[in-house]
Amino acid sequence: MMTILDTPALEAPAPGAVRTPAPAKGTRLVDLFEYGLDAPICLTWELTYACNLSCVHCLSSSGRRDPRELTTDEAKAVIDELERMQVFYVNIGGGEPTVRPDFFELVDYATAHHVGVKFSTNGVKLTPEVAERLARNDYLDIQISLDGATAEVNDYVRGPGSYDTAIRAMENLKNAGFANFKLSVVCTSPNIGQLDEFKAIADRYGAQLRLTRLRPSGRGADVWDELHPRPEQQRELYDWLVAHGSDVLTGDSFFHLSAFGDALPGLNLCGAGRVVCLIDPVGDVYACPFAIHEEFLAGNVRSEGGFQEVWQHSELFTRLRQPQSGGACASCQFFDTCKGGCMAAKFFTGLPLDGPDPECVQGFGETALTKIKEGKTETPRSHVDHSHRTERYSKSGKVTLTLGRRPGLAAKDLKPALSTEIAGDAVAFRPDLVTAMPVNDRQDDPLADFRPEGGRGGQ
Amino acid sequence: MEALDLDAGWDLHPQVSVRPEPFGALLYHFGTRKLSFLKDRTLLSVVQSLASAPTARAACASAGVPEAELQKYQRALGTLMQSSMLVERR
Repeated sequence: MMTILDTPALEAPAPGAVRTPAPAKGTRLVDLFEYGLDAPICLTWELTYACNLSCVHCLSSSGRRDPRELTTDEAKAVIDELERMQVFYVNIGGGEPTVRPDFFELVDYATAHHVGVKFSTNGVKLTPEVAERLARNDYLDIQISLDGATAEVNDYVRGPGSYDTAIRAMENLKNAGFANFKLSVVCTSPNIGQLDEFKAIADRYGAQLRLTRLRPSGRGADVWDELHPRPEQQRELYDWLVAHGSDVLTGDSFFHLSAFGDALPGLNLCGAGRVVCLIDPVGDVYACPFAIHEEFLAGNVRSEGGFQEVWQHSELFTRLRQPQSGGACASCQFFDTCKGGCMAAKFFTGLPLDGPDPECVQGFGETALTKIKEGKTETPRSHVDHSHRTERYSKSGKVTLTLGRRPGLAAKDLKPALSTEIAGDAVAFRPDLVTAMPVNDRQDDPLADFRPEGGRGGQ
Repeated sequence: MEALDLDAGWDLHPQVSVRPEPFGALLYHFGTRKLSFLKDRTLLSVVQSLASAPTARAACASAGVPEAELQKYQRALGTLMQSSMLVERR
């Protein structure tokens, strides 16, 4: 029978609950959504590139504030537009969104204008007083980022002290009576073994656990090889999701794991430009939060027609809503649920978009990657990088240290100059790139630009 | 699942927002943060007529639901009732 109503929610619960047979092709939501919607269902909005942390896997290479950041008035105009388009809620992130001095003003403005807000934070600003205030807003949800169930594992990825900050924030939310906030974990090789502990932490603070996938986006590209879950860990993750069922959220981010067997619930669709998108701090609109690259840039909210024009008529989004070819994956028996996996994961590992995901559980991705590595092809790098000019510390040795990265200068431009095999080459070695950049702590402080009182820098 | 009473009056929950789409509509409940998809424009008409109709049966009739399909729409409305999208008018 054709269903006329469906309630999967984008934030799909993990499997384990009741499985119903898939409806006939053509009547499923996924088939309807492939052609796009008049407005996104939800939208990620990164309010600032400024961040007090330097997580090694940051998908948006955040750190320093961009001077072209949307002003308070511009941000409110975007909210007005989202209200007109009936975008029900936005996922606000960054950078660390709460370091914007107008953050709470914007949250209040959005919720007063029927745009619900869920924001992601490392917890730095969630004092007991702030938690009390947030708990009074019914249209608000909060997501605390934690990438290790122990300080050792978390701080390795997110930086010293970040575990304690997140735990303190969760304590404050709990004490303020903020029920059912989210504890959001990016799954990596060091933390796959901690899934039970994450669940216990979430339970302790009355939070809901949310697990999402590591992407090779932003600085994630630098640590992808080291941190992405190994093939046997993918299986462990899939089994855990199946066993733990309905109250663990996944953001629909693991549909490539469907090829292990049963399809995971959720849309099983790459929503990029069809049901989701990203607005970045300077108003650029990208197909998805994991795709900050010129290739996936659809337009800017500051241009004529605003966000609505970009969403409904941009050349890129129109193209993404065309039926996609399965390419090399089309003949795979799991293509109908896996859909070839994540566009961004393929793109930033150098794989063709119509081929297998780098983490294809059938192993086709690894084969394709090996071919690419043998060919020594350059993988694409984002043109957007707001990383702090002083890196926190070396993780894998693959993260280049204490380099001045000029805005617009991709890491790939720097790396050859430093790599051992070319370091002796007088032509290739350009010390000016390394030493001429001022390493200025004050400039690097994400809060440095946000001091309305006093004479300096305020918006 | 308890069937929705077609002879009672029903309203959308005050925290629910409806967004028409070419394929039907999206419903979002700001209280529960749940999303529902109406995959049929007729069901959207039914939902939109609820507030001004004395009963759910009357809302179905005004949206042009044929008698033979009434049960299907009753089931769909029942699902919306279960997820607190609809509340009975008292």
